Amino acid sequence: MSYIKKPKISHPGLPRNAIGLTLRDYEGSMSTLCAGCGHDSVSAAIIQAYFDLSIEPHRVAKISGIGCSSKTPTYFLGGAHGFNSVHGRMPSIATGANAANREMQYIGVSGDGDSLSIGLGQFGHAIRRNINMMYVIENNGVYGLTKGQFSASADVGSTAKKGEANPYQPIDPVSMAISLGCSFVARGFSGDKEHLVPLLKAAITHPGFALLDVISPCVTFNDHEGSTKSYEFMRENERATVYADFIPNHEEITASSEPGGLETITMHDGSRIRLRRVAQDYDPGNRAQAFSHVEECSRAGEIATGLLYLDTGVAEMHELAGTTEDSLSSLDYSRLNPGNEALAKLQQRWR
Amino acid sequence: MSDQVNDFVVKIANVNGTGSASANGMLMKSIFRMGIPVVGKNFFPSNIQGLPTWYEIRISKQGYLSRSGNVDMMIAMNAQTYIDDVAEISPGGYLLYDSTWPRKDLETARDDINIIGIPLSGMCNEAFEAARAKVLMKNVAYVGALVALLDIDMEVVTNLLKETFATKQHLMDANMQAIKMGYDYATENFECPLPIRLEHMDETSGHVLIDGNTAAGLGAVYAGATVASWYPITPSTSLIDGFTTYCKALRKDPETGKNLYCIVQAEDELAAIGMVLGASWNGARAFTATSGPGISLMSEFLGLAYFAEIPAVLFDVQRVGPSTGMPTRTQQGDILASAYASHGDTRHVLLFPADPKECFEMAATAFDLAERLQTPVIVLSDLDIGMNDWMIPELKWDEDYVPDRGKVYTEDQLKEMDVFHRYVDVDGDAIPYRTLPGVHPTGAYFVRGSGHNRFGGYTEKSDEYKDVLDRLRRKSDTAGQIAPAPLIDGSGDTDWAIISIGSCDGAIVEARDRLREAGIELDYMRIRAFPFNQDVADFIDRYERVFVIEQNRDAQLRQLLISDLELDSKQLSPMLSYDGMPVSCSFIVDNIQEEISRNKAA
Repeated sequence: MSYIKKPKISHPGLPRNAIGLTLRDYEGSMSTLCAGCGHDSVSAAIIQAYFDLSIEPHRVAKISGIGCSSKTPTYFLGGAHGFNSVHGRMPSIATGANAANREMQYIGVSGDGDSLSIGLGQFGHAIRRNINMMYVIENNGVYGLTKGQFSASADVGSTAKKGEANPYQPIDPVSMAISLGCSFVARGFSGDKEHLVPLLKAAITHPGFALLDVISPCVTFNDHEGSTKSYEFMRENERATVYADFIPNHEEITASSEPGGLETITMHDGSRIRLRRVAQDYDPGNRAQAFSHVEECSRAGEIATGLLYLDTGVAEMHELAGTTEDSLSSLDYSRLNPGNEALAKLQQRWR
Repeated sequence: MSDQVNDFVVKIANVNGTGSASANGMLMKSIFRMGIPVVGKNFFPSNIQGLPTWYEIRISKQGYLSRSGNVDMMIAMNAQTYIDDVAEISPGGYLLYDSTWPRKDLETARDDINIIGIPLSGMCNEAFEAARAKVLMKNVAYVGALVALLDIDMEVVTNLLKETFATKQHLMDANMQAIKMGYDYATENFECPLPIRLEHMDETSGHVLIDGNTAAGLGAVYAGATVASWYPITPSTSLIDGFTTYCKALRKDPETGKNLYCIVQAEDELAAIGMVLGASWNGARAFTATSGPGISLMSEFLGLAYFAEIPAVLFDVQRVGPSTGMPTRTQQGDILASAYASHGDTRHVLLFPADPKECFEMAATAFDLAERLQTPVIVLSDLDIGMNDWMIPELKWDEDYVPDRGKVYTEDQLKEMDVFHRYVDVDGDAIPYRTLPGVHPTGAYFVRGSGHNRFGGYTEKSDEYKDVLDRLRRKSDTAGQIAPAPLIDGSGDTDWAIISIGSCDGAIVEARDRLREAGIELDYMRIRAFPFNQDVADFIDRYERVFVIEQNRDAQLRQLLISDLELDSKQLSPMLSYDGMPVSCSFIVDNIQEEISRNKAA
């Protein structure tokens, strides 16, 4: 049960990050998900990513909607504030939180039901505003908590546990995000932590809306033969494109860590994302190519993964709005009150 | 007929989209600047161009703010509505119409009114070149005629035009020409001024003309709101327009020029309230403005905010329901929907402003209460207050005002603490302490709409859940104690009394004066908040009969009083006006007098 806290015991020899914290400091409560759930692997990758980036947990806000995926923020970053909101509405809570305080880090965790059915509108509009946040969809093609209904991301022909095939076109969050002009679009697989952690780190650091769709199999309702969101299907049909390695701004790129043919993108804080191409001629800065690549993979029955599209030149919400650099929630009232004199002057026009 | 000085109603029937609003505004402001109390009511369609629209200006030397129920002069500028408009004129009143196309049927329709025909279109078609000017200037020309007919001070009108068109000389010239045309025609063809006429007074100094939405938006600026999220909906849109305007004017960082606010036009009302909750949770004063359909959509989130104890301020500028209803007509129909918005046991704090002044002042009250009580506060304004121009005393801001941010542990306090528990009633007032994200690790907790215990942990244990729910009920009692008390006026020894809320106030004040002249005294209590405070129950107990006057069909305030104070329904008699028009003074006078005769007969 999710109120069971893990005992806070850590081995004195555990490695510490740049701010002196161990991996244990980034953990949360014990997971109550099914054993083997892909979501638990995603939580573990999130823990690793924030640890690696040496971000203070309490400077992160974790926000989610409703569903199995939305339960997971309790399982990582116990030292961070969390907000488990209502079904499909995580983006609006994240937008408001970000509006109030632009100095914090925001992670939104959602699922395919939460983001692609009930919350499709808010998902699209958070992208449109380019909210500075990481948006993780733990995508398993199925409703878990209500016991196995198809979700909007289920592929045509993918079968449910009892055998019936899904007849409807899937909604793919990745191609949708690319078409909406999302500034960072990536897809990972919960069973591939090695590649998922760097994608998470790049998404966290991206100065805008970073969508990370993670195929995260549901071991109870959607991991059988005939499912296109199973561990086995993913292992056979994943088509990696461009992997991202994250390099913190204090680390120098040495010749040995940058083999030829790689491209490095510098983020606003000086940190860099190093792109490692699997497909030689793939350019993640080319929106049309990104879109057609995802489509081609889909037609071939493959799942395109990796950092699929990146545009660091898009202004995020506060830049577009011209908001002050300080967080609005920290402003003293003396800076907000125009005073009685201004009020008197203002009223001249109403006489 | 004896002269009716500074006490009559002029109603103007226009076609919407023809520029009549600015002419009518100019007319009203000119009268206001002559020192005569005035109030304007705009009855407009849910449409951009071509449908009937009316503007009713009440000139009242006593300063009454409601509709009198009479129309002493009708300016009929819309042939579509001629028949109804003529029928509405009070006996002895005046019809002014565009006689470019003379209408015998109108002129002979009634023998108890006076006809003033002025060829407004003809004059303007001849005088102006551009097609748009021909349409616009017709309106200015009838203002010119009224300057003569009602004896409006020409100097006041001229100065107003000069201010309005300070940088546009050609518009100034055209407007002056149209004014003069109307004026000259009236003086040459009619005996000016008419018995209904104006005289300078000194009753408007220290006052302003302002609508409630503008006042509320400005109030939110002064209250220190930094985040607003909203979805366009009539009649609340102009509240956010007001907030935006005054933020732009008054809320820039003097050094960087950057905004000390963030306004987000959301994709719908669900997102709008979600953003408000996200921002409030994160420590900003955040609000939204909406109307009935928005409250329906926001209900799920309002339940979350109630249960998870997140402050939020909502302005509901009520319009006619149910469903889309009549979006440009007024009603007080969201009382019950707002009080109990959302599933499960919820009770929300409501505030009921009566005029633009209270819209301005209650903005700060709403934020203070929302943060003190850690719960949503819904300010129930309505279209009549929100979108009409009211004469109110000039707004003042208390320079000593300090926002009540409620019980929030600071970083220093958290440093000294070993552990923080979100929902423990430390002080015994049922209000727990909260922490803001990002301040200190000790303050971190998990907000959830699912069952939680007093420590903030997830629970499905009955006693732990019930413990939190019972405290929330006690918190509602605290709300009743600290929310604005009702305003009571009267001797305390009448048999009958009136209870009401919000925009009914103007009509009730005037009705009580008129009834007093007829020897009928009624005490009056205006409720300003829900949960009700003890004064409300005490007041009701003192009278043999209490009329609850409100603007909805189902007597929603009365229902709320009966259920919440556990009253016998016989103690409260409903008096309901719900046709979409602001309640008039005569509606109340007539109904009370009818009750009296019924009472005598019984």
